[in-house]
Amino acid sequence: MTATSTPPSTSTPYAELKTPTTVRRLLTQPTTGPLVALLLACAFFSVSTTQFLTGGNLSLIVQQVMVVGTLAIGQTLIILTAGIDLSCGAVMAFGSIVIAKMAAEGTVPPLAAIALGLIVCAGFGMLNGALVKKIPLPPFIVTLGMLNVAFALTHIYSEEQTVSSLPGPLTALGQTFPLGKTDITYGSLVTIALFLLLAYSLSSTSWGRHVYALGNSPEAARLNGIRTSRLAIGVYTVAGLMYGIAALLLISRTGVGDPQAGQTDNLDSITAVVLGGTSLFGGRGSVLGTFIGVLIVGVFRNGLQLMGVASIYQTLITGILVILAVTVDQISRRKAR
Amino acid sequence: MTATTSTPILQARGLVKRYGHVTAIDGADFDLLPGEVLAVIGDNGAGKTSLIKALTGAVVPDEGEIRLHGKPIQFSGPQSARAHGIETVYQDLAVAASMDIASNVFLGRELRRPGILGSAFRMLDKKRMRQEAAEHMADLKIGLRSLSQAVETLSGGQRQAVAVARAVAWARSVVVMDEPTAALGVKESGQVLDLIRRVRDKGMPVVLISHNMPHVFEIADRIHVHRLGRRAALIKPSDYSMAEVVAIMTGALSVDETGGTVVADSKAAKAAGVQAT
Repeated sequence: MTATSTPPSTSTPYAELKTPTTVRRLLTQPTTGPLVALLLACAFFSVSTTQFLTGGNLSLIVQQVMVVGTLAIGQTLIILTAGIDLSCGAVMAFGSIVIAKMAAEGTVPPLAAIALGLIVCAGFGMLNGALVKKIPLPPFIVTLGMLNVAFALTHIYSEEQTVSSLPGPLTALGQTFPLGKTDITYGSLVTIALFLLLAYSLSSTSWGRHVYALGNSPEAARLNGIRTSRLAIGVYTVAGLMYGIAALLLISRTGVGDPQAGQTDNLDSITAVVLGGTSLFGGRGSVLGTFIGVLIVGVFRNGLQLMGVASIYQTLITGILVILAVTVDQISRRKAR
Repeated sequence: MTATTSTPILQARGLVKRYGHVTAIDGADFDLLPGEVLAVIGDNGAGKTSLIKALTGAVVPDEGEIRLHGKPIQFSGPQSARAHGIETVYQDLAVAASMDIASNVFLGRELRRPGILGSAFRMLDKKRMRQEAAEHMADLKIGLRSLSQAVETLSGGQRQAVAVARAVAWARSVVVMDEPTAALGVKESGQVLDLIRRVRDKGMPVVLISHNMPHVFEIADRIHVHRLGRRAALIKPSDYSMAEVVAIMTGALSVDETGGTVVADSKAAKAAGVQAT
């Protein structure tokens, strides 16, 4: 075992090799830019409005972004493999209708309905991954098609009706607990835990390394013994599972199953991923960056609202931010070459 | 080389590979001796690539026998050749550009932390991977500022060095290099040739596929000339001129049992300016 897992090594020290200092590494981190932008935005809104920097408001921001944030985790994984998922919002909407309707009609117990919703969403992800890798087809086209499939299924299955009067377990994650003087929802904790879990998996496991390698060059990954199509289908499936969890968070937040939900969430999740410094060309970025990206969107929306700016200007500013972020990505890639 | 009488590390006899009506390998032989740099040369379409693919497991031959360390062996795929200690440096390098050097050296073969962190949490042992990668670099005298640099920040020659170091780190029998100097400038090519020499001096035999005749003559201990799907000659660069080797490659000359050359195509030989010895 040692012979195959460890190359034979010599004990010559190599004085010329130095690891960069912590400061230098922080400065060159791709998440540094987004973090600075987030902190500047927070500072700006703290000065211009009195309500911004209160526990209640910050908790509200996290609640507002938790659904898109959870979608963005899946989106990040897929974009890291140089793919893209346009179907995430529609898949989530279908998952939420499956969970809500099954549980409300009492055909299955609430927990079984939740499990079924998660499986359906993971299944959509797996199907996306299989079409992208096995046929193979461009991710943009596959997920555009799947967006329509999931959207139509949502409306067919729900018969265009909002599902209300849901059983308790479906909205449990919307319950709050006090932390100091602030109320925090359990759903926010779930989202944060998922971010930490995926951040760990990407940065500190072989699986994570392989995801980055796949995004860099599928051919290089294959030549180094990575089973690329299994890996890619796995990534899309995990992303689908994230959309299922997002569906549950959505229900817990709104208290209903709404067939109209999530229609712009695919673009919002891509926005968050890009603002967080992840490259649309694959192979570089992180979910922690995406977490910052999600917060940037949330902070801008919330802060501008508190300042009394009309919501259409929030959309305008988000759009400009995305173009800026992609420009920075493109320029830094050109420099790297 | 003094090793001419020892068992070849990697040997093939009568390899055949057909694709429909096309015979890519037509009864090819191959011999790689311990501690040598064996150059494999041949015109485009001579079947070099198919031969190398058969020897590194990327292609399964229809007929013939491959022996590793004297024992018959069959590779089911590139992974099985790698498991037997045959590493390949690909022409396009097969590196992940945005990942750091240490991650590239260990790509697909990451080391995990000992104990529960490794088994239950699957945590990578980044420190050990960096250390070992540094040792391999030092071993081959590859000077790089930092192993946490992304590969994309390196020059072409440095990237090639990383790819070679990765192959040498894992190879236990043979390192195969496909056109390692093709994309490099003069100075960087020289550095890579030096690197190949150091790999050989560690005792690791190298199969070098190259189009560059001066490089081949500079570094190879022996030259395998491939023509029409089989080995046309196996010679020492000191015994022949570059023009003669090119003539063998193109079929103007052929080599008899005693090592002398025979004019096979007098017109072509005249055009190439060579004659039989």
